Amino acid sequence: MSSLPILSIIIFLPLVGVALLSLINSTTANGERNLKQTALWVVCLNFIVSIAMLINFDQSDPNFQFTESYFWLNSGISYHLGVDGISILLIILTTFLMPFCILASFESIKVSLKEYLIAFLILETLMIGVFCSLDLVLFYLFFEGGLIPMFLIIGIWGGERRVYATFKFFLFTLAGSVFMLLAIIAIYMETGTTNITYLLQFDLAPSLQYIFWLAFFASFAVKIPMWPVHTWLPDAHVEAPTAGSVILAGVLLKMAGYGFIRFSLGIFPIASSYFAPFIFTLSIIAIIYASLVALVQTDMKKLIAYSSVAHMGFVTLGIFTFTLQGIEGAIIQMLSHGIISAALFLCVGVVYDRIHTREIDRYGGLVNRMPLYAFAFMIFIMGSIGLPGTSGFVGEFLVLLSIFSVNTYFAVFATSGVVLAAAYSLWLYRKVIFGSLIKDDLQDILDLSYREIIILFPLAFLTIFFGFYPQPLIDIIEPSTIQLITNIANDVAIAEPASYEPVIKMESEY
Amino acid sequence: MNIFLPILPELSIFISAVLLLIVGLFVKNIKLIINLAIITLIIAIILVLVQPVQSAFNNSLTIDEFSKIAKTLILIGSLASIVMYHSSREDLNINLFEYPILILLATIGMMIMVSANDLIAIFIGLELQSLTLYVLAALNRNHLASSEAGLKYFLLGALSSGLLLFGLSYIYGFTGNTNLNLISTTVTSGNIGLIIGIVFVCSGIAFKVSAVPFHMWTPDVYEGAPTPVTAFFALAPKVAAIALAVRFLIVGFSDIAFDWQQIIIFLSIASMVFAAFAAIAQKNIKRLMAYSSIGHVGYALIGLACGTPQGISSLVIYLSIYLIMNIGVFSFILSMKNKGEYYENISDLSGLYKTHPYYSVVITILMFSLAGIPPLAGFFGKFYIFIAAIESNLLLLAIVGILASVIGAFYYLRIIKVIYFDESKNSFDGFSHRSLGLLTHPSAILILIFCLYPLPLIKISNYAASSFF
Repeated sequence: MSSLPILSIIIFLPLVGVALLSLINSTTANGERNLKQTALWVVCLNFIVSIAMLINFDQSDPNFQFTESYFWLNSGISYHLGVDGISILLIILTTFLMPFCILASFESIKVSLKEYLIAFLILETLMIGVFCSLDLVLFYLFFEGGLIPMFLIIGIWGGERRVYATFKFFLFTLAGSVFMLLAIIAIYMETGTTNITYLLQFDLAPSLQYIFWLAFFASFAVKIPMWPVHTWLPDAHVEAPTAGSVILAGVLLKMAGYGFIRFSLGIFPIASSYFAPFIFTLSIIAIIYASLVALVQTDMKKLIAYSSVAHMGFVTLGIFTFTLQGIEGAIIQMLSHGIISAALFLCVGVVYDRIHTREIDRYGGLVNRMPLYAFAFMIFIMGSIGLPGTSGFVGEFLVLLSIFSVNTYFAVFATSGVVLAAAYSLWLYRKVIFGSLIKDDLQDILDLSYREIIILFPLAFLTIFFGFYPQPLIDIIEPSTIQLITNIANDVAIAEPASYEPVIKMESEY
Repeated sequence: MNIFLPILPELSIFISAVLLLIVGLFVKNIKLIINLAIITLIIAIILVLVQPVQSAFNNSLTIDEFSKIAKTLILIGSLASIVMYHSSREDLNINLFEYPILILLATIGMMIMVSANDLIAIFIGLELQSLTLYVLAALNRNHLASSEAGLKYFLLGALSSGLLLFGLSYIYGFTGNTNLNLISTTVTSGNIGLIIGIVFVCSGIAFKVSAVPFHMWTPDVYEGAPTPVTAFFALAPKVAAIALAVRFLIVGFSDIAFDWQQIIIFLSIASMVFAAFAAIAQKNIKRLMAYSSIGHVGYALIGLACGTPQGISSLVIYLSIYLIMNIGVFSFILSMKNKGEYYENISDLSGLYKTHPYYSVVITILMFSLAGIPPLAGFFGKFYIFIAAIESNLLLLAIVGILASVIGAFYYLRIIKVIYFDESKNSFDGFSHRSLGLLTHPSAILILIFCLYPLPLIKISNYAASSFF
């Protein structure tokens, strides 16, 4: 497989789809159907190609695989791609969610369908590029480029306050990211290259690491998002169309989590361990604060958005424990949140398409008319709570385990977040699904259509499957993670040989 | 005859301009004049590119890689401006055969500015350019705003030329030379008279490039002048004046770089920050582009402030990308019309996307590129500028610049917002004139695909920078 540039194929296949879509005349009788099917086929094909990559992926090799390197800007800044155990599953998550996004938009998008599909395909290219890039400048290119299609998706096909939301989204993210750009340039000046494989081995001076770490942190903290710069997320989620929310929660937030693992931990290990308590504090605040705010929401999407902030708090907690369980837990939490929050937004989309409101008070007693929907919704709510037997449990448990081994106080606060998650999730479920069906416009609401069943049930299956059997994920993640934390441990030990205590624990079994 | 070979491109334009002036008197066919002017410019581009590196007239004109590239950019800008004029002369009611000829004359002035290696040559080039620009600004003489723009530009421009000349006389007085190479050998730090001279010259140049605080004329002139003239102002003279500043400061005064660096740093920061805030409130798209050009000059000046090979190279990259983007934007502005009536307000664009989707995609690419969002070309311009700034330890400039670019992104996004998110209001002809599409589409495509193969431009600009170091 080494001869075939499979990563480039996965990245640029959606752009081929864009070219095809722009050739289709949407005004003809079958135009809309052709557009939808072309887009769907392209993203499905891309998913199949990415699965082929996963099959050929050597799980025992912790290094980057399927690497490609071409001359780009100069000898230090090249077009360099590759995946390892940390990034490959996030690529699969992206290609996996895209067909659902396209499917979910079939009925709900009434205007400018063609442009909508093109924007999504461009977004897919840019998102996959983020996870594949092994060059900082290339990474930045994909990371920031994603703003353009997302800006248009929220702004054109969004809700009533879409202009406000999309400007907030764009400017918040841009303001965070520009500091990363300066840091990237400074790294280039310092080392003469932006090649990530090289930088992972390179020991930057600690004083520089602190500055660069903060610059990267500014970008990732906005994107993931951490308290107190999370305020764009609820707005963007509420106003975005369903598929936009799915991608936002499912993939875009993961880009920052991935960035923390790959860059903050990998390139600036000393700064990361220095700032870890700071991250813990922010994460704990995020978990508790966002959960409490979620409790008082009246809008379904806003509630799920705040729950995303809380769940991402667990991800950052896990990442900065520097333990194997912590980082593995964070990655599994990201994957699981990618599936579950995407599914929850799709669930909201299902009822929104029917009643055109997201007000929780406007619903009630849906179980009487929509048993299938109630069932699917329940699975995802349970996953969101982190109930044992769902994938949400695996990630949260591993993270809590690792944070407990690092600091008991943080663990206590973090665990209280799980209880709060149960409170707001169950409250949402009770208000929407249970009770008596008294609202007039809900009397003849229809249960899931075949299309919606095709969308929701694979996600439900995966939620439960990985809840019981997460081993396949761990097998893929583990070798690269072990290599990462070994590197960190070495770097930190070199930096502070006298006072070095084994804060960073190596445990391959638990 | 050999002594005229180095200025063959300028000469050919000059001869052509004079001949066209005579032809224009007898042949009432503006299209012919326009075509001949375009052919002249194309020939000039070829002549510039094949010229060997040399100096002429006792080293008062230098033809090096830098001047060749700057001249090519200027010629492309003039060419685009003539094409824009051709597409709009009927509707704007300025059917004057003098337009292409004035552009040609201004082009000669700018080419001399770029090559000038002598204080006198600098002033001759600058004045030849300026005098033609004053006339061009007031070209639409039946239109009040255009006459006002011309007069305003003339008064302030004359003042700045005076400042510049005053500064040049100081420099001559304190060094005893007019040739930049000779001046550089006598430059010593702590020479107050010399520094006063440099300050005055920098003020004059800042006026010509419209850097803050010498920018006041820009919004009014940009708004008042006919749009093809505005486009010309935004394209060629900017490149010429910045190139002049580069040669003047780097060749003449690189030994006392620390003294003039502060001036450039101030101009740069003031331009970037002021433009980012001032542009937010603009309603007229030509005024907005005026502030946008002020901001972009601020970024380009970062490259000059570095004074390093990397700095000059990034400046050339920035100017090239800036030129391409502005050709696209101004030809777009010229196509904002309905049945011969031009729209100039941003709000007139509302809902454009519903009626002209492709047309909107083009302007979206241009606007995101102006905002410096990757993967478009505008990002790379800023990227290289910031590389140069960080390399030269000008961290403050880099940080201010990057923050200003975030604020600046807002006003470009506002145009996109009006196009995409607002309700449709007006109907548009679209690219009714074929030649406008010929300008906008290639520039948008170039901006889009620049990231795939940026190498040629980077190589050329490194080459250009190497002529100073």
